Amino acid sequence: MDKVQDNRAWFLIIPVFLIVAFSAVVPLMTVVNYSVQEIFGPGQTFFVGTEWFEAVLKDDRLHDALVRQIIYSLAVLLIEIPLGILIALGMPGGRSAKTSLTLVLLALPLLIPFNVVGTIWQIFGRGDIGLLGATFRAIGIDYNYTNNSAHAWITVLVMDVWHWTSLVALLCYAGLQSIPPAFYQAAKIDGASKWAVFRYIQLPKMRGVLIIAVLLRFMDSFMIYTEPFVLTGGGPGNSTTFLSQYLTQMAVGQFDIGKAAAFSIVYFLIVLLFSFIFYTIITRTGEGEKK
Amino acid sequence: MDMEWMAWTTPTAVFFLCIALMLAGMTVWEVVSPTVEAKGFLPMRTTRGDRLFIGLLGSAFIHLGWLAATDLSLWGAFAVSLVWIALVIRFG
Repeated sequence: MDKVQDNRAWFLIIPVFLIVAFSAVVPLMTVVNYSVQEIFGPGQTFFVGTEWFEAVLKDDRLHDALVRQIIYSLAVLLIEIPLGILIALGMPGGRSAKTSLTLVLLALPLLIPFNVVGTIWQIFGRGDIGLLGATFRAIGIDYNYTNNSAHAWITVLVMDVWHWTSLVALLCYAGLQSIPPAFYQAAKIDGASKWAVFRYIQLPKMRGVLIIAVLLRFMDSFMIYTEPFVLTGGGPGNSTTFLSQYLTQMAVGQFDIGKAAAFSIVYFLIVLLFSFIFYTIITRTGEGEKK
Repeated sequence: MDMEWMAWTTPTAVFFLCIALMLAGMTVWEVVSPTVEAKGFLPMRTTRGDRLFIGLLGSAFIHLGWLAATDLSLWGAFAVSLVWIALVIRFG
């Protein structure tokens, strides 16, 4: 039977197109418009060209926040991805009460709102009333995340690991569960070691979910705002002030809308660049496996 | 409809018009001659759309780098970007 050319299905994507336009494209266009203007209030705008971009690119505090942000995101990936894989490998398979319980326990941190996570860790880390802080004090460590930069950094990092490693573990677990038993049987017949099974069966089969996990964790950690804001407020000093927080200070605190818009565009381009690089590297690794 | 809140200016309108024309042009080009993945000087196989994306992203960073490093006119960055996009689309 001949195929009938029918393009009416294109009309079905119009609602999606409109929603994306109004929720993403139009706001982004507005930010671009704001980034080249000095804005004093509604209707009081003056074209300044690339002045805000120059100011942003030569801003030392932004450079510091960017370096901090890159180190933070890399640390998050280096800890959460291997840890998530390890947890997934150790999880019970099949349908059992143990599996269900593990899945529920792992999903719990993901259900907690960001500001609540910040508050939990803020209290948890306090030396006077928090379990973590009190434990450190009891064993003689002078732990104080409010006046020690290293302690603040470690706390913010551990908080993120606590909050988000489950996501990586659950994604990896889904990837592992999709591997047909025949692969493991073949590996057993060949006498493959545990490492060989992981390297040549499990890891390649998890490639798809790992791409998603790396991209999600990178983008989320690169845009982190609420948890460090609640926990440390960006301090001590500026030691945990990441890009989002600096951007908010600029846009909401100082009402520097034009400069904040220019900053947002630079920020967006950096996220886009890193995501593209990660995506390309991971998909290329996969192509190598197939050959 | 009052669009004052979007704070339109002529340069930004021209900028978005160019992006829209580029996308429309790429769509027509795709319909007339569908793209095939090719391997050029970029480290991976790319379609025509991939190369346009890489070209535009690179151009954005060329402009930012130019602004950060020099006090020269931005038209210089624009010229470098055009060469970069042409190179990526043709040989990327």
